[in-house]
Amino acid sequence: MELFNSIIVILDATLRNATPLIFAALAGMFSERSGIVNIALEGKILISAFFGASAAYYFGSPWMGLLAGVLSSVVFAQLHAFATVTHNGDHVVSGLAINILAAGLTAAVGNYWFSQGGNTPNLAFGDTQARFTPITLPFADQLADVPIIGGIYSELISGHYLLVYLAFAAVPLCWYILFRTRFGLRVRAVGENPHAVDTAGISVAKTRYLALLMTGILVGFAGVYLSVAVTAQFSPNMSAGKGYMALAALIFGKWRPRTAMQACLLFGLLEAIAIRSQGAVFLGVEVPVQLVEATPYILTVVLLGGFIGRSVAPKVIGEPYVKERS
Amino acid sequence: MSQQRIPAWITVGVIPLANILIAAIAAGLVFLYLNINPIDALQSMVSGAFGSGYGLGYTLYYMTSYIFTALAVAVAFKCGMFNIGGEGQAYIGALGVGLVCLGLGGHVPFIVLLPISIIAAAVFGALWALIPAALQAYRGSHIVITTIMFNFIAASLMNYLLVYFLKPVGTMSVESAVFDRASWIPQMHEVFAFFGIRIAASPLNLSIFWALFVAFAVWVFLWRTRWGYEIRSVGSNTSAARYGGISISRVTILTMLVAGALAGFMALNVVQGQAHQIKLNLVNQMGFTGIAVALMGRNHPFGIVLASLMFGFLTQGGSELQFEYSVDARIVVVLQGLVILFSGALQHMMKHPIERLYLNYARRRDANADDQHPAEA
Amino acid sequence: MDMALELRGIDKRFGDVHANKDINLQVRQGTIHGIVGENGAGKSTLMSIIYGFYAADKGDVLVDGQVLDIKDSKTAINAGIGMVHQHFMLIQNFTALENVILGAEDGIAIETSLDKARREMERLASEYQLNVPLDVPVEELSVGYQQRIEILKALYRGARILILDEPTGVLTPQETDHLFKVLASLKEQGTTVILITHKLREIMAATDEVSVMRRGEMVAHVKTADTNQEDLAELMVGRKVLLRVEKGEAEPGDVKLAARHISLTDAQGVKRLSDVSLDVRAGEIVGIAGVSGNGQSELLEALAGIRNIDSGEMYLNGETVTAGTAIDPEKVRQLGVGHIPEDRHRMGLINTFSAYEAFVLGYHRDASYNSGVLMSQKAMIDDCRAKMESWDVRPPDPFLKTANFSGGNQQKLVIAREVEQGHDVMLIGQPTRGVDIGAIESIHKRILEMRDAGKAILLVSVELDEIRSLADRILVMFDGIIVGEVPADKADERTLGLMMANIVPDEIKALQAEVSA
Repeated sequence: MELFNSIIVILDATLRNATPLIFAALAGMFSERSGIVNIALEGKILISAFFGASAAYYFGSPWMGLLAGVLSSVVFAQLHAFATVTHNGDHVVSGLAINILAAGLTAAVGNYWFSQGGNTPNLAFGDTQARFTPITLPFADQLADVPIIGGIYSELISGHYLLVYLAFAAVPLCWYILFRTRFGLRVRAVGENPHAVDTAGISVAKTRYLALLMTGILVGFAGVYLSVAVTAQFSPNMSAGKGYMALAALIFGKWRPRTAMQACLLFGLLEAIAIRSQGAVFLGVEVPVQLVEATPYILTVVLLGGFIGRSVAPKVIGEPYVKERS
Repeated sequence: MSQQRIPAWITVGVIPLANILIAAIAAGLVFLYLNINPIDALQSMVSGAFGSGYGLGYTLYYMTSYIFTALAVAVAFKCGMFNIGGEGQAYIGALGVGLVCLGLGGHVPFIVLLPISIIAAAVFGALWALIPAALQAYRGSHIVITTIMFNFIAASLMNYLLVYFLKPVGTMSVESAVFDRASWIPQMHEVFAFFGIRIAASPLNLSIFWALFVAFAVWVFLWRTRWGYEIRSVGSNTSAARYGGISISRVTILTMLVAGALAGFMALNVVQGQAHQIKLNLVNQMGFTGIAVALMGRNHPFGIVLASLMFGFLTQGGSELQFEYSVDARIVVVLQGLVILFSGALQHMMKHPIERLYLNYARRRDANADDQHPAEA
Repeated sequence: MDMALELRGIDKRFGDVHANKDINLQVRQGTIHGIVGENGAGKSTLMSIIYGFYAADKGDVLVDGQVLDIKDSKTAINAGIGMVHQHFMLIQNFTALENVILGAEDGIAIETSLDKARREMERLASEYQLNVPLDVPVEELSVGYQQRIEILKALYRGARILILDEPTGVLTPQETDHLFKVLASLKEQGTTVILITHKLREIMAATDEVSVMRRGEMVAHVKTADTNQEDLAELMVGRKVLLRVEKGEAEPGDVKLAARHISLTDAQGVKRLSDVSLDVRAGEIVGIAGVSGNGQSELLEALAGIRNIDSGEMYLNGETVTAGTAIDPEKVRQLGVGHIPEDRHRMGLINTFSAYEAFVLGYHRDASYNSGVLMSQKAMIDDCRAKMESWDVRPPDPFLKTANFSGGNQQKLVIAREVEQGHDVMLIGQPTRGVDIGAIESIHKRILEMRDAGKAILLVSVELDEIRSLADRILVMFDGIIVGEVPADKADERTLGLMMANIVPDEIKALQAEVSA
């Protein structure tokens, strides 16, 4: 029973850790499928976390926070499109610019607004609840004491923030959008052969702007989840590499929603283990927590090396589309 | 065809300046929003970075680090690769430098230790670049992604080594022991003091000469040796390089080894010249900033030296703002971000309007010239 | 009869290149209209203008008698213009159905569009013999199928005017025949077809009317029935064809270059060479003729050490190389085998390099260009300047970027680099592609001089005239095999044309039997 309980606790943490990764990985999926390398997820998470928390504080409502957070990451995603699509800027450099700008702006503006060293004030003050709170699913309380089922349902499945459920609902939704709609068809086409898309009478630029709009919306949820739900406060650099980890999950998941989600869950699990056990013992050997932390990145490198399956990127990823004289 | 008619002073002079100007205007708007007069801010940045021996020392100290990390980007770029791994390569380079200083410091004279630590910085940095390079060369894994991953792996590895091996027993903070004084690279004020000249104390150390020398050496390597020739061939046209009998995978690996070594040198400045111990997170984003510096310097060693000075100024001058206006220290990061945005990501934004402007001007000038000297019948 | 498409005074420049000069064209409703011209005559540019990919500087496009302002491909598609590009515009990992509906979807969800497209595809398949596998990613289909998908794409969008740009370059003869049948039945149903090609045989076989382009201009419009290949060829080139170069008898010596049963499979797993054998002797030029893409490039690159062969062996100026032995272009050069690559932009030169840097490519490790660890700038520059003068490269400026030379001068730079090394064997690919007439003659003269100086020369060209005027013996390649050998004096267009389609005339068979007996 002890073991069962700790497994439930770890899995519970896995879901929480995986949530921002799932949003960000799905966000990255739209951009990368359209041919735009997205190392800017990190910055977009940070910017939405900041504006989300600030708006939630200002309006006293987590919903306003969600709206503002998503809007801010959409603005940054469109800036990304402006650089990479309209001006053929290098995708990696643009992404880097956004990440650095986001890190600086959130801290500097945050300090100017709130004078708390770049933090926003806590969103749970007094009776005001400007943060998201966990949701208890129906019957969760009643079932809590039932063995096994109570653990699984009341502990593991119930009691998460709304955004956690939304993240898992977003996976099939994004799959549908990408593989069963006109927009998704065009996004996938433009990342494989923009020339062909152009000759089919579709605007390459418009398709990519729209793909980055999707990126902005989804990644906004990731940022807002961190600041308005989990910590109920923004603090500088709170994204802490989650954007890059989501990118790794996206690659590890071969640019597909379901497999990317599985990768996010795996990375979330590793994070849960790392946090819980300072130096886990595995097969009688002490595994340093740093190794557990590094595992997502090591796994991605191993996958990219083609040692466990192959992850084939969209064909024209990273290349600006310029009409050439043929 | 239009390329032929645009003179070089437009391409390497006017356009980059216009980009910086826009970045400066955007920065000015940010300052205005934060209730700071941009002109005053610029003045205090200039005086903070250049106005005193102390400020100048810091500016040049940062410049030294940027030269190394930017060269690490530029060399890879010349081979058509994007090395985002400077952060990790420099961090592991610091391990090499640290191990040499901890192991040999005080046991051998500085003059013997220094070459060893230089080699260690290079070898450790190069080794950290080797795996991404080999994966790119033999397995086709994209180096942008693998070097990003290796930055994180380096961070975890260094954290592990510091906690389990390098941290002296009984100390709380996660950092190595302080090196023996005999292994420290002399700081500039010490050198001057030796000759009886007093200058303000700053972390600026002799590494800066090594940085300038290395920048020159990189130029020679890229443009005056057959290895550089091969690197530039592969970077410009892979099939032509193969046709020319150049092994793409060998050149890829050679390039990344050089790039990793250059990033590793950064540890000489920061670890052996300033901190004198291995600390957590000692690279502190300077590997990433090196990408911006390389961009600004158009991936040319001489351009990089100038761009490094500019980023040294931004870093030091920006931190001055913190004291003057009690603004958050990370305003520096905003400035860097704007420079990367406008002179990197949006570098083409000003290019076309300026070129068009010039072409119109040139056409009118030529037309006038024709009017004044009508063709003789 | 009404005009389906009419062009009036179309003019287009790219920088200094005048690609289309005051083009007028009338295409009748329900006909197959051919447009012929050499490579670079401006045909593709013209079609790109009609399809809205480039905007013309001047002139009008009329569709069904109405002036149409074609801003983009969408306008063209809506006006009923469909285009099958030379390089297929397909999404390789999409199925045929997905490719067909892309850009022509009805509604937000694609399910209904896919169903509709499937029904429509089945109808078109039976009507025009255009059946293709609908649910397989197109990357797994043959080029013949891929081309059908391109045609289906256009028809699905309601194309009434179908433009095909060099459609047969990659097709087998059977696929070509099938294509022409499809075009004929499209014509019967009232579709207007514009066929762009540089192959006269196809014009004669498939079209009703033909327009000829030469160096950006439209030089003639004739009914196909009123003309013949010879007249068209003359119009196309602008003077009597068969620019026979003055050349004496070859005096072949020892075998300097040979291939024995070599096979080669490319990175995509496609077999490119099957059991190819050939000999080239000192003092002779052996030409390889064939439709481009039939293994000539791979043969050249295998002999040059750029690609590895799967089996067989090669004899390179005294050294035998078997499959599996490590070989690279540098080693091949050291053996005395020079290589002028088919595509100077892709391989021969590095556009961002100065002329003197590009001039040492492949020889950059030579002692003469190096002193110690440094390369000797002076040696490279002096050498380049001297060779530029003796080869009349203009301007003779070693510091000019290679991209800024004209095509002919770039090619001279490449040829000079390889020839001046004094190799005994020369592998030459498409020596005059995209080169102006004046330069062609001087390049041809140089190649013959090399032969007379006792070099062994293997020449690959898709220009039959070039092969016929230079080669002493001609090998014809088809689908990775050598179909047969023809002595230069027996090599008329008809014979070579048949062999390029893998049909060996009896007289050639008899000749070959005689040789092997």
